Amino acid sequence: MSTLAFRPRPRSFENWPGHRLFVREPMRLDCGIDFGPFTIAYQTYGTLNAEGSNAILICHALTGDQYAADPHPITGKPGWWETMVGPGRVLDTERYFLICANVLGGCMGTTGPQDIDPATGEPWALSFPVITVRDMVRAQKRLIEHLGIESLFCAIGGSMGGMQVLQWAASYPQCVFSAVPIAAAARHSAQNIAFHEVGRQAIMADPDWCGGRYLSLGRKPARGLAVARMAAHITYLSETALHRKFGRNLQDRNAVTYGFDADFQVESYLRHQGSTFVDRFDANSYLYITRAMDYFDLAAEYGGSLHQAFSGTRSRFCVISFTSDWLFPTSESRQLVQALNAVAANVSFVEIATENGHDAFLLHEPELFETLRGFLAGCAEHRGLSR
Amino acid sequence: MPQALGLARVEAPSPTPTVSTDELRRDLRLIAEMIDPGARVLDIGCGDGALLAYLTRQKGVDGRGIELSQSGVNACVAHGLSVIQGDADRDLDAYPARAFDVVVLSQTLQATRAPRRVIEALVRIGRRAIVSFPNFGFWKIRLGLLLSGRMPISDLLPHPWYETPNIHLCTIRDFVALCDELEVRVERSLTLDRHGRPYALDPRGGLANLLAEQGVFVLSGRTSIRSET
Repeated sequence: MSTLAFRPRPRSFENWPGHRLFVREPMRLDCGIDFGPFTIAYQTYGTLNAEGSNAILICHALTGDQYAADPHPITGKPGWWETMVGPGRVLDTERYFLICANVLGGCMGTTGPQDIDPATGEPWALSFPVITVRDMVRAQKRLIEHLGIESLFCAIGGSMGGMQVLQWAASYPQCVFSAVPIAAAARHSAQNIAFHEVGRQAIMADPDWCGGRYLSLGRKPARGLAVARMAAHITYLSETALHRKFGRNLQDRNAVTYGFDADFQVESYLRHQGSTFVDRFDANSYLYITRAMDYFDLAAEYGGSLHQAFSGTRSRFCVISFTSDWLFPTSESRQLVQALNAVAANVSFVEIATENGHDAFLLHEPELFETLRGFLAGCAEHRGLSR
Repeated sequence: MPQALGLARVEAPSPTPTVSTDELRRDLRLIAEMIDPGARVLDIGCGDGALLAYLTRQKGVDGRGIELSQSGVNACVAHGLSVIQGDADRDLDAYPARAFDVVVLSQTLQATRAPRRVIEALVRIGRRAIVSFPNFGFWKIRLGLLLSGRMPISDLLPHPWYETPNIHLCTIRDFVALCDELEVRVERSLTLDRHGRPYALDPRGGLANLLAEQGVFVLSGRTSIRSET
């Protein structure tokens, strides 16, 4: 179609570390499309035991990826959950077999809108089907089956990762021995949808977005994506943390400049967050994945009552929220716990006091680590996992 | 922050993963003896989880807990117990009827806002409920009030009036009268002296109400099948 000689493939994932599963059999998506074949890019850590009973699925958040515990191939930064995953750490690679897969629609190797649509030979862009959290989980189920795992010892994740955990527990209860949704909710709130819409509009307002066809045209909506990231980043922090970190401090100057340069440290910080983000993330992926989160409403899938989603569940749940998280506040977790109580599920619920806001699940939070350690140890005992 | 649940248990030693009967507080030990191995148990106001840990490890029960204090919850979960942050007044409605074989409410009833509703909820969600509470009719409390004219302070009721979480104190007779009114069956009752020694005095009699420092009651709902106890 395009006559442009310059048609950059944005990434060369072929050289990136990790595994790839090519799924030939198409998969029916929530939007009604039979999608496939497609690729799932994933990482594993540790070893699957002979019984296949020690597998933990780590579900990543909106802008996360499969590199939970090794350096990011583009930025070179440590894995996003490196504090959690490793030998002797909470997700102990000497004890568990850990799997982390890039979500469907992502941009780190799993099929997403930047990949080539075999029908046209062009990047999918907006002709990529709209996917849901359930579709992401369906794809992960294919991966788990491929790995020969009948039942996960644990599904764990924060934010959108927590949504996937809940979807796993609802869709495949017999495959989830324990479920740990952290800083998550059973539905995306109006406020959260609103913030996502701001981000999407920022991307789509960028002239370089070109109706989504930027890759075919050799362009990149970097400014729009950066603004989307800046707006979203504010929602991941608490007001207290922002104030503590930056206050009204000025950036490399002694007085305001009476202009629109980044006078304040907080502006400089956000600009940095935005500009580094565009190096590693695809704008259309951002549109698709935020949409998947917006569409997430577990109760709606089960006739409007959340507890029906968990009816008869035998999974052990550990619901965790953070006091200063206003994006996925404790009240959302509490509703989830009430629904789990309504079916007398085995549930633990911990709210952790922190100033780190929604992002707390990514940071060094000793109480989070202790909680998870204890919960997983208890589950391992019930599962009969040897030390 | 006042800790309204787990009145005496908040002062218990820090949680230990393995608890023997010896280490278990006396009234909790009595409660533990009343619970069958393998039962589904909900401990409301489970404090640091001492009873739950004991029941889970020694009796293989399927145990859950509710605790008001966040630090208590976090300690419990960090020790592998299934505990949620919540309170007896607000969070019992969510549970389905007969979700548990036994629901335990130890030294917590007097700290709830609506004890009457809580008792109804206990016998709804549990086939049996075990409730323990300090007896305000205990002779020392009566005598203390009579002689000093000040609000009583004791081992079981250690807080001065202006900061006590115990807002609905009752006597054993009051409790039995409420059970009668609610048509809740009292299957078994124990009265404990100040050393935690149990006496099988008739809870409807004046002697129990005078001599017992606390009462432990096994209740069941009005529709419940007759229990073997």
